[in-house]
Amino acid sequence: MTAITDIPDAPRAARRPQMGNPIVRWLRTNLFSSIPNGILTVVLLAVLAKGIFSFVQWGIANAVWLTPANDSSACRAVRGLGACWAIIPEKYRFILFGTYPFDEQWRPALSVLLFIALFYLSTRRALWRRELVYLWIGALALISALMWGGVLGLSFVSQDRWGGLPVTLILATFGLAFGFPLGILVALGRRSKLPAIRSLSVLYVELIRGVPLVSLLFMASVMFPLFMPSGFNIDKLLRAQIAIILFAGAYLAEVIRGGLQAVPRGQYEAADALGLSYWRKNRLIILPQAIRHVIPPLVNTFIAFFKDTSLVLIIGIFDLLTTAKTAIIDPAWQQFSVEVYLFVAAIYFAFCFAMSRYSRSLEAHTAAR
Amino acid sequence: MTSDTPRPPPRRRLFGAWGRRELNGLLWQVLVVGIAVAVVAFLWSNTVTNLSARRITTGFAFLGREAGMPIADSLLAYSPRDTYFWAFVVGVANTLRVAVIGIVLATILGTVIGISRLSANWLLSRLAAVYVETLRDVPLLLQLLFWYVLMQALPAARAAWRPVEGVFLSNRGLILPAIPVGSPQLWVLGTAALGCAAFYVVRRWLVAQQMRDGKPRPAWPFAVALVIALPALVSVLLGVSWTIEWPELRGFNFVGGLTLAPEYFALLIALVTYTSAFIAEIVRSGIQSVPRGQWDAANALGLRRSFMLRQIILPQALRVIVPPMTSQYLNLTKNSSLAVAIGYQDVVSVANTTLNQTGQAIEAIALIMAVFLTISLGISLFMNWYNARIALVER
Repeated sequence: MTAITDIPDAPRAARRPQMGNPIVRWLRTNLFSSIPNGILTVVLLAVLAKGIFSFVQWGIANAVWLTPANDSSACRAVRGLGACWAIIPEKYRFILFGTYPFDEQWRPALSVLLFIALFYLSTRRALWRRELVYLWIGALALISALMWGGVLGLSFVSQDRWGGLPVTLILATFGLAFGFPLGILVALGRRSKLPAIRSLSVLYVELIRGVPLVSLLFMASVMFPLFMPSGFNIDKLLRAQIAIILFAGAYLAEVIRGGLQAVPRGQYEAADALGLSYWRKNRLIILPQAIRHVIPPLVNTFIAFFKDTSLVLIIGIFDLLTTAKTAIIDPAWQQFSVEVYLFVAAIYFAFCFAMSRYSRSLEAHTAAR
Repeated sequence: MTSDTPRPPPRRRLFGAWGRRELNGLLWQVLVVGIAVAVVAFLWSNTVTNLSARRITTGFAFLGREAGMPIADSLLAYSPRDTYFWAFVVGVANTLRVAVIGIVLATILGTVIGISRLSANWLLSRLAAVYVETLRDVPLLLQLLFWYVLMQALPAARAAWRPVEGVFLSNRGLILPAIPVGSPQLWVLGTAALGCAAFYVVRRWLVAQQMRDGKPRPAWPFAVALVIALPALVSVLLGVSWTIEWPELRGFNFVGGLTLAPEYFALLIALVTYTSAFIAEIVRSGIQSVPRGQWDAANALGLRRSFMLRQIILPQALRVIVPPMTSQYLNLTKNSSLAVAIGYQDVVSVANTTLNQTGQAIEAIALIMAVFLTISLGISLFMNWYNARIALVER
């Protein structure tokens, strides 16, 4: 024991003596470690200060926060000099809930809260059990009941009046809830030994991944009526939802396939040796391990996918981005679109940032094991 | 293991050499293929009935008809009197124009930001991190609309901003000075391209020589001779002029120079900034994947920093970087189809207009798919070739 403590502390002695204020020391190592670094810091600080200064001037000092209802004259007076945040209190109900009946808007608001609670519970490791699936089914059924109404004394609201944040969340969540099982089936199909099933899966994945989502959405909105027997038609939102499910299925299948490849061969052989059937083998042995491997990339796919639901704007479905874009058609407020886009960007950012933080904590957790 | 009891004779199989497993597999395949064929046949018969009810003839004959759609911004000569086929070609050219330039710029910007994130300068690495986080977590379409709104809010041509002499930024887009390129200039550029190819061959030969006897041979004289001197000579001999054309404000618009329309410029900025955030993360993790020992070993050998980066660090980092980079390039190309939201006429936008005008939905979508599958395949093949070239050569 003494031998160890007797060893002279060579590396520490070689260091520069650490003197002075800890703040100064931090500045020296992190910002002014060399002359070019110092110059870089000064330049960056100057640019940053100018940027922050002009943003504060535009966004806070000269900004208009409130105006009388439907009167944008105060905003137009400061146009170009200050932001018009007054457009947000003026339009937020429309941006968030679209054309949903005004007096009933507590229903979509409650749905959004339910969605957020559902997402939060799904991130808890302690709740990763079979009951979570039932929770999802129950919550999605409850949300459908809230949005549509027609039960429990709620008035019926047809889905072409839905809009805003709930629609974005519905498209993303239902897309994942159905795309995920589809992705699992296709991933298994792609690794199957049966040639016909394998080639069908490859064809599906490569076709969907090879084209932009925009063209799939066009297909859903324009070609779907052609595909169906005449007289039979389904709602536009549902058609977009189907396109999004098919799209998500292909991308999730590729992520899950990566996980399947990471499961060691011995696991397959052991399951075979136990005499398990194909489905039981995958359900009990292979998939739990495969999915555990790919949780961080899965979360990243979810983020990408959440952002991609905004593309339904192109086929005219009222999601959060479309309501924002529609809100600024109003001639009185037309010039203040930047403020509205920043507001909506903040909402998207909040969701995606939370997910990416979560993905990172998961990665750290897996790496620590 | 030994046992005295004789083994029972093997069970006879029901269908000759076929076991239960094979039979099961066959049944599954028949079932799945049967369902797929039934679904496709159902959709197909519906489509045929619907099309005949609407009196739309299937086939690509419409491509020969006059398109009558205006395309404001295009590289190739186009007028609304041209055919649908030519409109599609112009659309593909517009897609490629934004995708190729976008890929190059996003790679440069992404690499710079990825390296900045690893900088020893705390402020720089924080700023790069904020850039990446912000741009990654906001939908691209929203960013695109945002940039487009900013473009439209720029001053009119008369009051255009002039950040540098000869560069104008107004609601007509970005106007840059340009060198008009005709066939004499193309000859010189062609010679330069040939010179690059020749230099590549020479350099390989020089490296092979060095491998044989260990003597380093400088490559730069060949580079100067083949890539700079040779085209310069051709230029002088042919008497090619390289005068810069400066844009000028005449009346309400600009004359001369190179104009990047607001739609194109907004799309390019949105695609480049968005994709560069993803590329930055790929570059960062690629560089971080090179073990510390490699840096230490290179330092211990006393290698110059540039040589160390070029010959030790980068080749190892690239192995990690290239595969995910390929999918970013594919994403950028596919995302360029968002152009339809701001009225830049790429191939998807042209196909959409065609579809509305002629009702040839299947053909229009088939063309989009064909174009994107071809582009995707092209990028994948190139990147796979590049990846194979830089891959680890194992003994």
